[in-house]
Amino acid sequence: METRFDIVIAGGGLNGSTLAIALASAGFTVAMVDPAPGTADDSGDFDGRSYALSLASVRMLKALGVWGAVAGTAQPILDIKVSDGRAGEGPSPFVLEFSHHEIEEGPMGHMAEDRHLRPALAAALDGVTLFRGRKVVAQEAGDDGVAVTLDDGTGLSAALLVGCDGRHSATAERAGIRHTGWDYGQSALVAALSHEKPHDGIAHQFFMPEGPLAILPLTGNRSSIVWTERTENARRINGLDDEGYLALLRPRFGDFLGGIALAGKRHTYPLALSLATRFVAPRIALCGDAAHAVHPIAGQGLNAGLKDIAALAEVLGEARRRGEDIGRIDVLERYQRWRRFDATALAVVTDGFNRLFSNDNPLLRGLRDLGMGAVNAMPGLRRGFIREAAGLTGDVPKLLQGRPL
Amino acid sequence: MTAPAPTASATSTIDTAEVAKFEAMAAEWWDPEGKFKPLHMLNPCRLDYITRQIAAEFDRDLAAPRPFEGLRILDIGCGGGLLSEPMARLGADVVGADAAARNIPVAEVHARQSGLTIDYRHTTAEALAQAGEQFDAVLNMEVVEHVADPLAYLTACRELLNPGGVMVCSTLNRNPKSFVQAIVGAEWVMRWLPKGTHDWRKFITPDELFDLLHKAGLEPVDRTGFVFNPVRWDWSLSDRDLSCNYVTTSLKPR
Repeated sequence: METRFDIVIAGGGLNGSTLAIALASAGFTVAMVDPAPGTADDSGDFDGRSYALSLASVRMLKALGVWGAVAGTAQPILDIKVSDGRAGEGPSPFVLEFSHHEIEEGPMGHMAEDRHLRPALAAALDGVTLFRGRKVVAQEAGDDGVAVTLDDGTGLSAALLVGCDGRHSATAERAGIRHTGWDYGQSALVAALSHEKPHDGIAHQFFMPEGPLAILPLTGNRSSIVWTERTENARRINGLDDEGYLALLRPRFGDFLGGIALAGKRHTYPLALSLATRFVAPRIALCGDAAHAVHPIAGQGLNAGLKDIAALAEVLGEARRRGEDIGRIDVLERYQRWRRFDATALAVVTDGFNRLFSNDNPLLRGLRDLGMGAVNAMPGLRRGFIREAAGLTGDVPKLLQGRPL
Repeated sequence: MTAPAPTASATSTIDTAEVAKFEAMAAEWWDPEGKFKPLHMLNPCRLDYITRQIAAEFDRDLAAPRPFEGLRILDIGCGGGLLSEPMARLGADVVGADAAARNIPVAEVHARQSGLTIDYRHTTAEALAQAGEQFDAVLNMEVVEHVADPLAYLTACRELLNPGGVMVCSTLNRNPKSFVQAIVGAEWVMRWLPKGTHDWRKFITPDELFDLLHKAGLEPVDRTGFVFNPVRWDWSLSDRDLSCNYVTTSLKPR
């Protein structure tokens, strides 16, 4: 068995898999160590999880040859409506609307379901050596590479180890990289719903005092909700049966889509902001939640992870063409310089939005309603928000522009 | 009483101390934040240029693994191996030459640490040419402004090339701007380089260098600027701005 690779990736989730595909397509030898036992299958059993992929993320998946298998089951997001509300009162008259007609690139993003995205990524992993059902338990960075030990005793070596192992990244911990952040005291309740009326491709964000409720369109008469509540409420709501759950959701959701019913499993995620103090160390890089776990308020978590991947793959590809040692800290710092400011800014902005909106203070309510009304009245600013959410701003890595490496 | 014969362990102790010294010097050469920081900052830009020129001349695909396999490359003034190692990693058969003897074991130690095989030698371009050594590419980076007789030196470089071989030669332009940047900026203000590293009068304008290259029997085919951007704090290649650091490519006629 081959045990020497250019790059070993710890973690085989969406970020890890996408990075493996990007790096393999750039000509690197890649091993991916995934604690999950088998390959995901497209059995059609919907677990309720889905992702809002920005336009740039979709372009990247196209460039990597993954999008074709997802496109048919993804729902374009045509408009985004943001409003302030209270359960039972419906949205306030100040509504902020973002329409894809305001940017020339088409839909601002797509909703892709986990059950379709995961197998599409798994199917594109040819050329990647997989260690499924295994996890990295030790790493030792040295002059000419990093030695990686798996839980079954297998020893691998590589020029670089990338941690795509989530917000409690063991790769980061072993490298002595600390995280800063805080718990929001909020949890996200995630579920898929079916409803009577068509959603017309419109995504809604209602700001409630307890936390935002996002309603994101899936194919057919279905939507995904991300319902944020204070953690103790979330625990209580999650303990209810489906009917009790829906009974609490209905007054928040409103009746604009007619009757609603659950269309998949329910999930709860505690929310916390977690930023790695460094994204790199000698022979180590962190991507996705391992580097920065943000509040899901603007649906930018996975998109931010894909930005990391596109930037890291581009930096490493360029370094390799020059004959540089891809695991050296000066190469890795180019990736950190590219991504850290952006990722930190995203964390600060989503955190600020959450603090501003998860609040029933009448003064703040008045202010944010005015703010939304003002943004809505300024097409230039509105376009700016749309382009930001679509991932079209800043120093965009090649993959996110849909270009190969 | 006779003096004890040196034992194996005594010898290896000496070697260990020497090796430790060389390792420390190698670490210094290769520390991106250390004494050679300006070189590390310029290096990606130099490598971009060198790799593209060699790849274009020998029709190699830089996206392929070990694209320089089968090419013999000479790195003149190799120092700690900042250019030699990338060339070896790209698959080339590399000779690194340095007139400073102390650099050789340092570069050797680092190549070994990096798992690379590079033939480092304490020698000069002229001596290698006299010995009849031949290369597909000669890297002649920031050397020509330090030599006593540039024409004799460039002629030796031409002799070292196989017909059709390529020489990449960089140096500093001579004008008021380069005096301010390279002497006042880099040596006096930023202290990137020790004072006296460069003698501005020995800097060469691109036209003078092209003239020298012609006289040495080479055919210059490209000139490009290395431009430092103080906002981005990095170097990039420029077709137009050759006002300070610049690089040329020339071919040995077949």
